This record gives sequence, C-alpha cells and structure tokens, in this order.
Amino acid sequence: MPMLSFLIRRLLQTIPTVLAVVALVFVLFSVVPGSIVSSMSDDADPQVELRLKKQLGLDDPVYVRFGAYIAKLATGDFGTSFRTREPVTTMIAKRAWPTLQLIFTAMAFSVLLGVPLGFIAALRPGGLVDTLAMVVAVSGLSIAKFWLGLVMMYVFALKLGWLPSFGYGDGGLKYLILPAVTLGVSPMALFARTTRAAVLEIMTADFVRTARSKGMSETRVVKWHVMRNALVIILTTVGLQFGGLMGQAVVVEKLFSWPGIGSLLVDSVLQRDLPAVQGSILVVVLAFLAINLLIDMLYGVIDPRIRYA
Amino acid sequence: MFRMLAIVAGLGLALAAPAEAQTPRKGGTIRMTAPYGSSFTSLDIHTTQRAQDEIYAKGLHRSLYIWDSAEGKPIPELAKEAVVSGGGLVYTFKLRDDAYFHNGRKMTADDLIWSYNRIMDGTKAYPGARYVRIIEGAAAVEKGQAKEISGLKKIDDFTVEMKLTEKVDPAFYLFTALTSIYPADEAAKDGFIQHPIGLGPFKFVEHVPGSRIVLERWDRFYKPGKPYADKVIVSIMGEAAARDVAFRNKEIDTSVLGPAQYVAYQADPNLKGTIAEVAEVFTRYMGMNPAFKPFADKRVRQAINYAIDTDLIISKLVKGKAYRATGWLPLTSTAYDKAMKPYPFDPAKAKQLLADAGYPSGFEFEWTTSQNESWGLPIVSAVIPMLDKVGIKVKVKQVEAAVLSEVVRSGDYQAFIYSQQTGPDPQAALKCFHSSTPQSACNYMNFKNADLDKILDEAGQSDDSAKRIQLLQKANALLYEEAPVWFFNYNKAVMAVQPWLHGVQLNATELTHQNVEDLWVDETSPAK
Repeated sequence: MPMLSFLIRRLLQTIPTVLAVVALVFVLFSVVPGSIVSSMSDDADPQVELRLKKQLGLDDPVYVRFGAYIAKLATGDFGTSFRTREPVTTMIAKRAWPTLQLIFTAMAFSVLLGVPLGFIAALRPGGLVDTLAMVVAVSGLSIAKFWLGLVMMYVFALKLGWLPSFGYGDGGLKYLILPAVTLGVSPMALFARTTRAAVLEIMTADFVRTARSKGMSETRVVKWHVMRNALVIILTTVGLQFGGLMGQAVVVEKLFSWPGIGSLLVDSVLQRDLPAVQGSILVVVLAFLAINLLIDMLYGVIDPRIRYA
Repeated sequence: MFRMLAIVAGLGLALAAPAEAQTPRKGGTIRMTAPYGSSFTSLDIHTTQRAQDEIYAKGLHRSLYIWDSAEGKPIPELAKEAVVSGGGLVYTFKLRDDAYFHNGRKMTADDLIWSYNRIMDGTKAYPGARYVRIIEGAAAVEKGQAKEISGLKKIDDFTVEMKLTEKVDPAFYLFTALTSIYPADEAAKDGFIQHPIGLGPFKFVEHVPGSRIVLERWDRFYKPGKPYADKVIVSIMGEAAARDVAFRNKEIDTSVLGPAQYVAYQADPNLKGTIAEVAEVFTRYMGMNPAFKPFADKRVRQAINYAIDTDLIISKLVKGKAYRATGWLPLTSTAYDKAMKPYPFDPAKAKQLLADAGYPSGFEFEWTTSQNESWGLPIVSAVIPMLDKVGIKVKVKQVEAAVLSEVVRSGDYQAFIYSQQTGPDPQAALKCFHSSTPQSACNYMNFKNADLDKILDEAGQSDDSAKRIQLLQKANALLYEEAPVWFFNYNKAVMAVQPWLHGVQLNATELTHQNVEDLWVDETSPAK
C-alpha cells in the first residue's frame, strides 16, 4: 500500500512539471525572433502569410495558444507539425525506438564498464589499477563527444573496417556500437569516479569495521555491505545520467545520422515548428521522470530501510 | 554554353574521361548524401523549399520541364512540346502520353492542373507558388478569390493551354521539384505524405526520418533504358567531417565539400580526381538599406566596395571555394558579361568617396548576419577591420539563418550579408531590383531606379533573345555602378564523386540536384 500511494503521489507530481515545461517552451518561442511561416516560403504573399498565421493559430495571444495546447494534451493529442503536417505523435513514434536503443545501449555500456572499474580502483586506492582507471575516467569526462565520435569513425570504420561509420542500417548492433560507445564514454567515466568515491567512503564506515571485527570475510563484507550501500549512490547517478544522455544524444545522432528524437528536436527548433518541439521535449521529460520514478522504487529493493511513506 | 564556361573557368568534373565513354551499366545502388541538415522536411515536395529535399525529389518526381546541365537551361520533360502564341503570352503544351505514376496510372492534363491549383492554395503557403504565379489567375486562387487557375485550360487529356501574366519563359519557372506533378486522385489522400507517388525514375520504398530515404527503379519510366541503377539511397549527413570519413571509407558515392575539405581533397593525390565543381547561380553580398542615411548615397555604397579586399577574403577565408563577383549576375548566367571587372581594392579611393559624400570621418552601421561559414559571421569579422581603416565602424548583430530571411524581407536592418539565388533566369534575377518588386518578394534592398526599370521592361518585351541578353547585361552594369550591395562572390559548389559513379551533371542551379536516371555505377562500386 505505501508503494501504491507513493506511486500515485509521484505521478501527480509530474503534472505541474509537465505544465511548467510546456509553459516555458511557449514563452521562449513567443519571445525569440523567427517564425515557421517565413521558413515555409521566403516569397509568400503577405496576405497568405497572415492567413497562414491565423490558420496555425499563431496570431492568438500566447495564453490562448497555451490553453488550447493543454486542452489537447489532456486528450493525448500532441498536435500537428507545422512543417510536415503529420501528427506529432506519429513523428515521435518513428523516432522513439532508435533513441531508446541508443540511450539504453550507451547506459548499459557505461554501467557495465564504469561501475566495475570504479570498484576495482577503490579496492586498491593509489595503486596502478586505480591510477589507470582514474586517467580513463578523467579523459572520458573531458573528451568532446563530437571529436570522440570522429575518432571512433576513423579508427573502427576507416582504418580497421570493422564497423560502418554512419547510418541506422537495419537497426542492428553493428550500426549501434559506435554511436552508443561515443555517447556512453562520458557517463562511464562518471560512474567509475562515483563508484570509487562511494566505495572508498563506505569502506571506512562504522558498520563495515564492525562487520570485519565480527570475523566476516572480506568477500562477504564487500558483497553484503559495501556493494549494496554503494548501489544506492550509483543508482541515483544512473537516474540523473539518463536525462543527460537524452540531451547529449542530439550531437551523437546528428554525427552518426542516427534517426532519433534529438535530430527531430534540432530541426524543429531551427524551423520554429512549435508542436514538434513541444512534443519532443515532453517525451524527453516524461521519459526522464519515468526512469527516475523507477529508480526511486528500486531504492527500496536494494535497501529495505528506505520506506515509501 | 555551360560546358564552355566550365572549361574556361577551370571547373569541369575531374573524373576519368574514358569511364564516361563506357556503356552505362544496368543495376547497382547509388548512394547519395543530403548535406544540408539533420532531416528531410517533408515527403510532400510541394511544401518544402529546402535544397536538401529536392535531392530525393529528383528521383521521385517530375515537373513540366527539367534542368539540362549540359545546355545550361531547362528543357521540356513532361511536356513534349510547347507552341507559343498570343504575343508570347499563351503556351499550348503537348504532354507526354507515356508517363506513368508509381501506382501505374497514366498522367493526364488533369493531374497538371490539379497540381498547380494545389500549389496556389493560399491557406498553405506552398513555396512553389512563386513560380506558378506567372500563370494568369493563379494569384487570385492564392488570395482565395477563385477556386481554379483561370489561365489553365485542358484541351484534351494530353494538351494544356497556359496563359501567362507576362512575357517570360515558363521553363525557368516550372522546372524545379516545387512544381512537381502529383497524381490528382492519390495526392489528396492522407497517406500520401507517408508514401509519396510520383512520375520520377525511382519509386518510394522507405523513409527513416533523420537517416535516409530509399528509392528503387520504376520500370515504367518513360525514358527508354533508364534509369540505370536498381536503387538510390539518399543518406542524411549534415556533418562535413562525418561525410569525409564515410566517403574515404567508400560508404557513400557523393559528398559535398566545405572550404577546409576542398583544400584537403585538392592536396590529396588519391582524392583530387574525385572533385566536381561548378559555379552555382547564387550571389553572396552585403545588402545596404537606402533608408539608412549614409547608404542612400551611391558614393558610400561604392566606397564600401572599394574598401574591402574581397580577393583576400575569398582566397584565405573561403579557401578559394568561390568566384569573385563582378556584378549581380553569376558566372554561369546566360547574361553574364565577361567584360565586367570587379571593384578593385582601393582604400584611398574609398576614403575619397566617403569624404565627397560628406562622411570624411566615416560613420557606424549595424550589420546583421547569420553564422554561415561562407557568407556569415566569419566573413563579417574579416571585413570589419578593413572598413575600420576607412573610418567605418561596424556593430554586429548575429541572428539565426531563419531569422535572417525574415529580417531581409521586412527591411528591418541597416546592412545584412546573404546568399541569394541569381539564376538560372537572368531576367527574373534582375527583376528583383525592379521598383515594382516588393521588398518581401526579393527586392531586399528596396531598390528603385527608373533607368533600371526602363531597361528591364524593354528586355521583358523583347522577342529577340540576343537583344534581350544585351539589355540584361546593361541592367547588370547599371546595378554594378549603383552598388546597392557589396558584391562579394558567386558560390563554387564542390562535390566529391567516387570514381565508379558516372553521369554526374554539373548542375549550376544546385550541384546536389542530379537527374538520377542518368547516373550509373560500374562494377567497381562496393554497393553492387
């Protein structure tokens, strides 16, 4: 029961978040110069432009447009793209799977590599493995994604010929590896650092010392006390990184011609296609909220002391 | 004409000549790239004016005319012939009776009339309206005053009569994909945007938004033996560096090159032979607003042209990937005057002109620019110290490309830097400076000059093409003297083409727009 009420409370909390995001985008688009009408035709009759603005509702005050959009949104209608004249939900549906593929693969790569790396480094602080792991971590955090992507293309596609340098192909793994690794290197480095710091801190905690003094083997201490406690911190970082990955995916998708929501968002912003921008941002926000909700729920599984009161 | 210009200007496709003499091979896949962004705007080519979208549309759709790069002019495509009457204002088109849409239905005059009426739908602002507007009654449809274009009349299933509003060559207006002919019955349906049907040599197979469009051979295409290839893939690749790797890795057959890559490819013996280049019909310039007091004086505008070392900017900053502008009409225009010389770099003369105009200490103006690497902020930054040396101070106002196009049309600027299409029709290009042309259309500097109007009107009425060219050259010279702009350069479009791809056309209207039915790949292509 406490879990259910927690879930309902968190779901209700998403409503003001979504409203705030939609309002922010509306306000931003109403103050920045440029309009979809001029990007559609640079030689349109002024009367036609006025008529088009009216038809698209762009001549209404912001609050009227905002109200109309929210009313539609409440029915699950994300509106119709000014640019392609397709329903925004259709446009997003076409792009959602490639973005999810990219983000989850990048996350899997970063967690599977970063967490063990940080863990091993923390077990022998100051040693060779620790030093090497931290060099990798700091480099991974510092390298620009665009540059890293190009280097990966150069090495693994052009020089070694192992993988294609761009494109979606059939959506298979060989097309996914380079963009996912490019996207995953930075969170991998962060996970390594976070894990190392967390493990080092927990290793000196009272309950670990107590466990050791009771004669518990080091393997059991690490497995039952250190790892479980470190996981809570790592999970929090994973949740936050999902949001970051969605933003960073824009660069990677564009570089690798990956058909995700990021490239849709960029083009929609440049062409002032407000419904498509709103839809793309909303999907990203909702996905971020959902993942963090899931992680909040996982806390209780990892650490039974955490309650959902 | 174009072929000659290509040789003279050192253009020319540097591909192996013997390969061109081979018999075109049937089959294979052509892998083109769309370099101008991270997506296609729409699969409805009537709705989008981006050069990016026309790349795939050249495979999927067809218009009344088509651009012939070798001849440097539009030639009949869906029209078999055009009979001109009514003092040059009435065209009677005999349409092809062997053109089939990709759903197997034969094209008729009804499809053409339906398509042009659709393009003039004023509630949609289709960009092709600017071309169809030359037909009598089209503007009334656009304004919602009529339902159908009165100047279009179906004579029979394959004959259409078209009345024009003025004496122009409709070929120059009705060759782009923006005026593609759609199947009247299918295009009105909702699903058409997701699965477009056209008359082109290739039919639609798949669109992966943000990644690629795949087309395959349409066996009922009306040109015997064409297309050669089985399939065309157009991959969206907005990042030049990524295109470079993919091209070197033989994953793509064509790649548009920017200034830095142009230099690198020229220096690389393995890549030098892949370069195809052409002077496109785009003029880059700084427009000056005559409503801003200093720019109302011709001497000030001329002084700006003298004060800037344009050749230095082209060679150092644009890396030679442009031709110096010697007037408004570009190098590949039929009315280009080879005798025209550019303004020399002469700061002393610029100072003198400024002093004569009453600005011995110079003045300050605001320069609106986008971030474009070839005609945006980097160029403005290079010009600022040059103008400073003659006393002119510049305040930079940076805007997005989409905003810039609004700024120039509204006249809300003191100066702006831009790239404007100045062809292929020289008459249309110069008419932008006619006082009757609104600023919102293409008279961005709101230029008004009675002498120019007179020359252009005379050229428009002339039936003698040689005389017309002469008059247009005169108008171009007058414009050069009036200097409403800083004449910067004409774009040199550069594309790398793999040695196994043949039939590439040096299209001066846009190099990436290829008539794909003429392209073929030999057996050395990795995409067999």
